[in-house]
Amino acid sequence: MATTLFRAVPSARAALRVGSVKPAVAALASTSFVRGKATLPDLTSNSSRLLSDDYGALEPYISGKIMELHHKNHHQTYVNGLNSALERIGEATESGNQSKAATLAPLLNFHGGGHINHTLFWENLAPGNKDGGGEPDGALKSAIDRNFGSFKSLQNQVNTALAGIQGSGWAWLVKDKAAGTLQVVTRANQDPVTGNYVPLLGIDAWEHAYYLQYQNRKAEYFSAIWNVINWKTVASRLEKA
Amino acid sequence: MATVTYKLPPLPYPYDALEPSISKQIMELHHDKHHQTYITNLNKALEASVAATASGNLHDAAAQLPAIRFNGGGHINHSLFWENLSPASSPDAQWSAAPKLQAAINSTWGSLDKFKAAFGSALLGIQGSGWGWLVKEAETNQLRIVTLANQEAVVVGDIPLIGVDMWEHAYYLQYLNGKAAYVDNIWKVINWKTAEARYTESRDDVFKVLKANI
Ligand SMILES: [Fe+2]
Ligand SMILES: [Fe+2]
Repeated sequence: MATTLFRAVPSARAALRVGSVKPAVAALASTSFVRGKATLPDLTSNSSRLLSDDYGALEPYISGKIMELHHKNHHQTYVNGLNSALERIGEATESGNQSKAATLAPLLNFHGGGHINHTLFWENLAPGNKDGGGEPDGALKSAIDRNFGSFKSLQNQVNTALAGIQGSGWAWLVKDKAAGTLQVVTRANQDPVTGNYVPLLGIDAWEHAYYLQYQNRKAEYFSAIWNVINWKTVASRLEKA
Repeated sequence: MATVTYKLPPLPYPYDALEPSISKQIMELHHDKHHQTYITNLNKALEASVAATASGNLHDAAAQLPAIRFNGGGHINHSLFWENLSPASSPDAQWSAAPKLQAAINSTWGSLDKFKAAFGSALLGIQGSGWGWLVKEAETNQLRIVTLANQEAVVVGDIPLIGVDMWEHAYYLQYLNGKAAYVDNIWKVINWKTAEARYTESRDDVFKVLKANI
């Protein structure tokens, strides 16, 4: 899947690979602005097996209209914003204007984070008849039981975290590489998961992720989305973490 | 110890009065559901905070502060927002309804169009949920444009004059991801008369809608 992200820059491509998202923004800032163009990942080519010509694949839990706007418009806007930030940072850096480059860092964080987060999100979703929903098993299940007591209790923690976000943001199930534990964390706006945390499962809590279908009833979206979580993706991220 | 309980201020015009700039469906959800939720959660947090304070449990009182700030800000912001909007056909929506503010805007930005452009680009630059405000600095009376994240409110140092809600719930059902069109269209329903009043009246008067709905 990583091939769709940064066609021209192998180092940035590696940085964006799932399981090693941590250095992505730093890597982008230092190396990839020259000719690297981020592109919108094609939903057909990633492990979520969502189909770009079938945005309705996650219905009735997430409507086709939401998926289409979310992927084709919102994610595309982050991709465009990321490319524009990279270009402007590149120009500022080339002309020796480091302070100008630094003032552009928030744009890089926001749009780069938006691109990373949505890319991970599409992959950790799947239709109910193709890997979506159900419960985790194997090593992932053991890790969840060990860290949260039960799958049910993980779900409760994630739903509480999602409901508690004040504004736009994301909730993530992450692995803390230093502690070796799994945790639930939230991030504001498009801040990506970084540092010791490896993102395993992300849920978009921006209003655009659910508003056309659920309006102000966001708790219904948070409980519905469990029906389309791709546990295979989550398990494979844990394996590589 | 008792605390006041805040109530949802009635919308000062019918739900469909801002069409076509803002749809009736958005106004209904925004006012009856979103704004009400901030008030409900604010009242809960205030009650818990007052009870904890009264029994000397500072740690429990302090734990309520983020909820008071967020939901209290949500209540303040939305209450001011409804008042600084007006049906486009009303005389209140005319720029000429704000003579003193008009002079100040012209001397600060050069013209109404330049002010709109500056305000619009501030609104579109918000990363995530938040608000844009035209404010008057309390000390200097100077005008400024500020943006605030989430439900932070203009309550320290500045007087809020015109607020625009840039949360996605404020426009999504009608404008989808086209938030620039929402920003363009909201100018038609700005209540310049309210803005003028806030520019000239006392700080307590600016916020009087809150006390009027207890
Ligand atoms: Fe999103
Ligand atoms: Fe709002």
